[in-house]
Amino acid sequence: MDGRSFILGMSALSAGICTLSGLGSGLGQGIAAGKAAEAVGRQPEARNSILSTMLVGAAVAETCSVYGLVIALILLMANPLV
Amino acid sequence: MDFLIENHRLLFHLWGIPIYLTDTLIATWIIMGALILLAVVVRIQLRRFQEVPGGFQNIIETMVETMDNFTKSTMGPGSDGFGPYFFGVFLFILLANYSGLFGLRQPTADLAVTGALAMMTFVLIHFRGIRMQKKGYIKEYFSPHPVFFPINLVGEISKPVSLAFRLFGNMLGGVIIMGLIYGMLPLALRIVLPDLLHAYFDVFAGSLQAFIFTILSMTFIAQKSTTE
Repeated sequence: MDGRSFILGMSALSAGICTLSGLGSGLGQGIAAGKAAEAVGRQPEARNSILSTMLVGAAVAETCSVYGLVIALILLMANPLV
Repeated sequence: MDFLIENHRLLFHLWGIPIYLTDTLIATWIIMGALILLAVVVRIQLRRFQEVPGGFQNIIETMVETMDNFTKSTMGPGSDGFGPYFFGVFLFILLANYSGLFGLRQPTADLAVTGALAMMTFVLIHFRGIRMQKKGYIKEYFSPHPVFFPINLVGEISKPVSLAFRLFGNMLGGVIIMGLIYGMLPLALRIVLPDLLHAYFDVFAGSLQAFIFTILSMTFIAQKSTTE
């Protein structure tokens, strides 16, 4: 087998595996949203501050999946190995 | 389908580095023009502002007051001057994200733009930290124990990196998914179906990311300006 095509195929495969990093952040964001809904149910008057706190937490949890996306893009479009 | 930034033509050489005219450059200049136009219009109208606001004055005053109050409630006391700065940053990111609606390629889907925005926050964090905390600023790097110095240092560097990559990754993800959908659809369907995607990726995710960028910058700066 040609070495170059092997590297390209493995890069495509690993780009797909990188997408799995969305799993963790999806779980985290779901937990954050669920807890925020609980908090609003318990304390409806603090809705605005709970919402902004939840959004910031969700954004921080999203960072790792964005890193996964960036690595997948690098592997697909600017592959350093080839 | 071009997800990466295209170099349209060579503009000039800066110390041997070729500077190209890119989609990002065009879109950024258009957004800058729109913002400067808004500023000039407001400045001219400012002379005719009255005690009891109405119409245009009402909108402008509401926007400025909302941002000022938001900055004060997020950053606490001593946040004078940050309201206008963050209002400018927020408006720029918001317009940049919305520019996908007008057929431009979002400038925020370019790492250079988000990196520059994050560097602005980085400089603000540390200048403000040195000014407000003085000796405590250096002490904070060795805070629980001197062994933690490398971890603290990496933590400081990762702040702007994560700020830049969060905005970049979210907007580029939208650009890629929309590019794939546009490439997949036949010409007749291109008017109807992508509207929903534009509503989600440009309007919803765009305003959310602009909000998150500003609020995270505010929290980082406020963290460094507490004197203990």
